Amino acid sequence: MFKILFSTFFIFSPLSSYAAEIIIQSTTSTKNSGFYDFIIPKVKKNLSLDVKVVAVGTGQAISNAKRCDGDVLLVHDIEAETAFVKEGYGLKRYDLMYNDFIFVGPNHDNLRLRNKMNTIDVLQTIYESKVIFLSRSDNSGTHNKEKKLWELAGLEPTKYSGQWYLETGLGMGATLNIAAGKNAYTITDRATWISFKNKSDLKILFDEDPRLFNQYGIILVNPERCPNVNIKDANRFLHWIISDEGKSTIGSFKIANQQLFFPSN
Amino acid sequence: MQFINETLSLAWGLILGFDSKVFEIVWLSLKVSLTSLILSCLFAIPLGIILGVYKFVGRNFVVLILNTLMGLPPVVVGLSVYLLLSRSGPMGWMNFLYTPYAMIIAQFILIFPIISSLTCQKVEELNSEYKDLFVSLRVKKTQQFLIFFLDSRFALLTIFLAGFGRAISEVGAVIIVGGNIDHVTRMMTTAIAMHTSQGDLSLAMALGIILLLIALTVNLLVFSLRLFVKRYGYD
Repeated sequence: MFKILFSTFFIFSPLSSYAAEIIIQSTTSTKNSGFYDFIIPKVKKNLSLDVKVVAVGTGQAISNAKRCDGDVLLVHDIEAETAFVKEGYGLKRYDLMYNDFIFVGPNHDNLRLRNKMNTIDVLQTIYESKVIFLSRSDNSGTHNKEKKLWELAGLEPTKYSGQWYLETGLGMGATLNIAAGKNAYTITDRATWISFKNKSDLKILFDEDPRLFNQYGIILVNPERCPNVNIKDANRFLHWIISDEGKSTIGSFKIANQQLFFPSN
Repeated sequence: MQFINETLSLAWGLILGFDSKVFEIVWLSLKVSLTSLILSCLFAIPLGIILGVYKFVGRNFVVLILNTLMGLPPVVVGLSVYLLLSRSGPMGWMNFLYTPYAMIIAQFILIFPIISSLTCQKVEELNSEYKDLFVSLRVKKTQQFLIFFLDSRFALLTIFLAGFGRAISEVGAVIIVGGNIDHVTRMMTTAIAMHTSQGDLSLAMALGIILLLIALTVNLLVFSLRLFVKRYGYD
């Protein structure tokens, strides 16, 4: 009886050892938008390579990659990425693609953020009117960008943490769910926003400022530090995705007729 | 009201249409949970019986620890198993991280204390009832062991279900060690968490309903097994 049960339950898809596959440590914004569902079958077809994606915040993705639990790192926090390479955890860093960050909030737009000239004005208005603003506070690429923007505006919202500045410590989607529930303001990457389905009364209130540029980079995990990485297939993947063919594939990914990621030159 | 209608019709559509994606994650959830459950039972039930019958030095300490571990936070288990299986961790060479095996290990750790503690408690009760009888009839230790197992079989079914409930509904541990990878480690609970974070609340809820139906089916099977056994006089 146990034999039967065991043979039934223990058979999973074959273990990784002989199939060509790589693990990408990446961000929720790329995964939740359906980007990988679009890319993975194309990689499979062109390179006969299985791609497994672990989607977490940029901070966690980097720490996972530092522990050698991935072959490729695809995140969006250029400073953290550069440090990752500098400290010897990764090989060369390449610009892969970009889009932008946007401010979302209640449609009534009492603060008239839609008329603001730049990000600094937007942040100052939010800061002065003490409307509820949600911060990811999870050391993700988006959170680090948000911190830099506040710094640029010379403001310290963390003083008001728990009052109007709320630190969720959650992913982008979970934070947007809270924003939808509280009709609050937050900053998000555009890809997550376009594919997010629980928008409720939230609308884009401010965008299109060069300061809101969102750059994604790609780095191979250093095989000298992590002997277990599949450097051969990771390299094949890297060279395909930064090739003209890979770039045009990235550019052809659309949701509701909107292009989500723009390949870098 | 509109949300409820949408959710129900979505759940209904997924079930009736035999949606292959849903079927895949349901099947994986069941495989992982039942495997970890059976493995747990194999070790935890004998341990529970031993703890219930024998009074040895340190026995109370073990029982106390097991009782405490019944409340193990899944994320802590997930994190520990992750550190263990990470390529730079002590068991990294096994290449188990981000596979169903990692999820089985995590669930095993979560269920084990529940099964062994509850078994121990039941056997303790039986033991105080049977003790004098065993002495007067000079029942051998090995036979006692078997008797305890057989006579607690209905309680064991309930204990089995308690373990199953913990395993099938758990998300914190499996999402860390499994990674919620499509077609590899995506289970019911991790898919629900993912769709919630994509703001697709009705799909997430529909999957939740399906998960409940699965739990209901498993409970129904165990329940009818029990009725069957009672009716045909094995009791």
